[in-house]
Amino acid sequence: MKVREVLGRSDYALISGLIPSGARVLDLGCGDGALLEWLKANKQVEARGVELNRELVQRAIARGVTVYQGDLESSLRDYPDQAFDYVILSQTLQETRQPLAVLNEMLRIGRNAIVAFPNFGHWRVRVNHLFSGRAPRTNLFPFEWYDSPNIHFLTVIDFEELVKKQGWKVERRMFLARHRRVETSPNWFAEVAVYLFRQPG
Amino acid sequence: MITETQYARFDALKLDAGETLRDVQVAYETYGRLSEHRTNAILIDHAFTGDAHAAGIDHEGKPGWWDNMIGPGKAFDTDHYFVICSNVLGGCRGTLGPSSIDPATGKPYGLRFPGVTISDMVRLQKLLVDHLGIERLLAVTGGSMGGFQALEWAVAYPDAVEACIPIATTARHSAQQIAFNETGRQAIMADPDFLGGDFYDKKPPARGLSVARMIGHITYMSDESMREKFGRRLRDRQDFSYGFEIDFEVESYLRYRGSQFVGRFDANSYLYITKAMDYFDLAAGYPSLAASLERATSRFLVISFTSDWLYPSYQSQEIVNALRSRNHDVTYCELSSNYGHDAFLVDIGEQTEIVKGFLAKCTREFRGLEARQ
Repeated sequence: MKVREVLGRSDYALISGLIPSGARVLDLGCGDGALLEWLKANKQVEARGVELNRELVQRAIARGVTVYQGDLESSLRDYPDQAFDYVILSQTLQETRQPLAVLNEMLRIGRNAIVAFPNFGHWRVRVNHLFSGRAPRTNLFPFEWYDSPNIHFLTVIDFEELVKKQGWKVERRMFLARHRRVETSPNWFAEVAVYLFRQPG
Repeated sequence: MITETQYARFDALKLDAGETLRDVQVAYETYGRLSEHRTNAILIDHAFTGDAHAAGIDHEGKPGWWDNMIGPGKAFDTDHYFVICSNVLGGCRGTLGPSSIDPATGKPYGLRFPGVTISDMVRLQKLLVDHLGIERLLAVTGGSMGGFQALEWAVAYPDAVEACIPIATTARHSAQQIAFNETGRQAIMADPDFLGGDFYDKKPPARGLSVARMIGHITYMSDESMREKFGRRLRDRQDFSYGFEIDFEVESYLRYRGSQFVGRFDANSYLYITKAMDYFDLAAGYPSLAASLERATSRFLVISFTSDWLYPSYQSQEIVNALRSRNHDVTYCELSSNYGHDAFLVDIGEQTEIVKGFLAKCTREFRGLEARQ
């Protein structure tokens, strides 16, 4: 069975493709544990999750996923160095208070980090903003400014620059729009960007 | 189902305090059937005043104290699991304790009973589990003081515990928890009927024991649950008595609970067991809580409740964070409930769902003794 059919989220499909069998995986903001459950069943990974929302945590536990109910940012410091092979942060980076601290912690506790984020540089966002003169609202950013969980808006270029500045080594970068891969001008056309990266050396 | 309390006897039990108890009787009950490979056994540890009768109906028609969690189709599903519950050492419900007869004198031990600890209780349970022929428990679980024992099991006998489910509990008693216990003990010892613990052939220190129980009951509830249950409602009257009769519903409830308790619980057991709780510190002898949990190999499911102020969530989180810092397999959820500390006994809907899911996983992934080398 295709992971996309199970999970229905295109970034999940990509992420599962990046993870080898038997890996130790931590999913930050794991929701109801669907991705971890799939990875456990199909890739025999050692799966752990962190999720703040009580109802989602309960659903994850009920499906047999190891999950910690707590705040993602404050929970990271308790994990020992290099405890995981892959630390996943899917569609949550833009909601964290201190994204750089989170990314650094991910690379401390994991050998590899996988980050998926919505691209604020997508042409539809830009057009929407240019012509409405308001905070952009698109299918990817459907919230009003006052009830949006997104507090940091970043684009593909922004993330590339940060990677360069931090000296991280990108193993894979993938871009998506409407569940299809984007090959050219990702900062214009990608709705979601997925990066697999690690510390150099 | 009618359940029968059974008894096992062991020649000797060495205690943390240095003494050795002889001819140690343990009361226990079992529910469900032990599987052929003996991999489906779950040990339930009771809380402070609980007993071995955890599930089913006894001969007097009384349901077990966790009957809503143990039975066919319930969280601890007796169609799948073999469930064991025993009365703790120092108790008064069939296991050796201060109200038992001291073979040296032919009279009840009273305060001549040696001091006991949570690890003594667990050492005795291990004898029982061995006696039942179970090498490795699928799970050890309990709420409150039952959680202490579950944690102690995971650290003391890591090879014998596949999964550990401590609920509404802590790795060590705080000053506040010790304070409540001490207040209860003082109430008992201040009762003129206490007689230095040698009251067995006279009347029990009923007033002291019931005051102790009243205090306990307050700590088991929450501000909100008391407001909902009693509010300021008056008991069978329209106006205040302007005396010291029962005015309020809550007074009536506490007095009733207190006096009811006297009939079923031994004042000396109250003293011994609360002391055991106060002595409990999983990290004692280790540089940190995390270091004490280093030995544990179990998977953990830790549960706390939002309105539990006796064993607040931060104490569960301490356990969880210590486990995470050693990269143990630990699942944690703070369940939402208004019932205070009692939640693990009464508000069991969500608890049931997560315990079921967790146990199903632990059954699927049960690690045999060889596989863990």
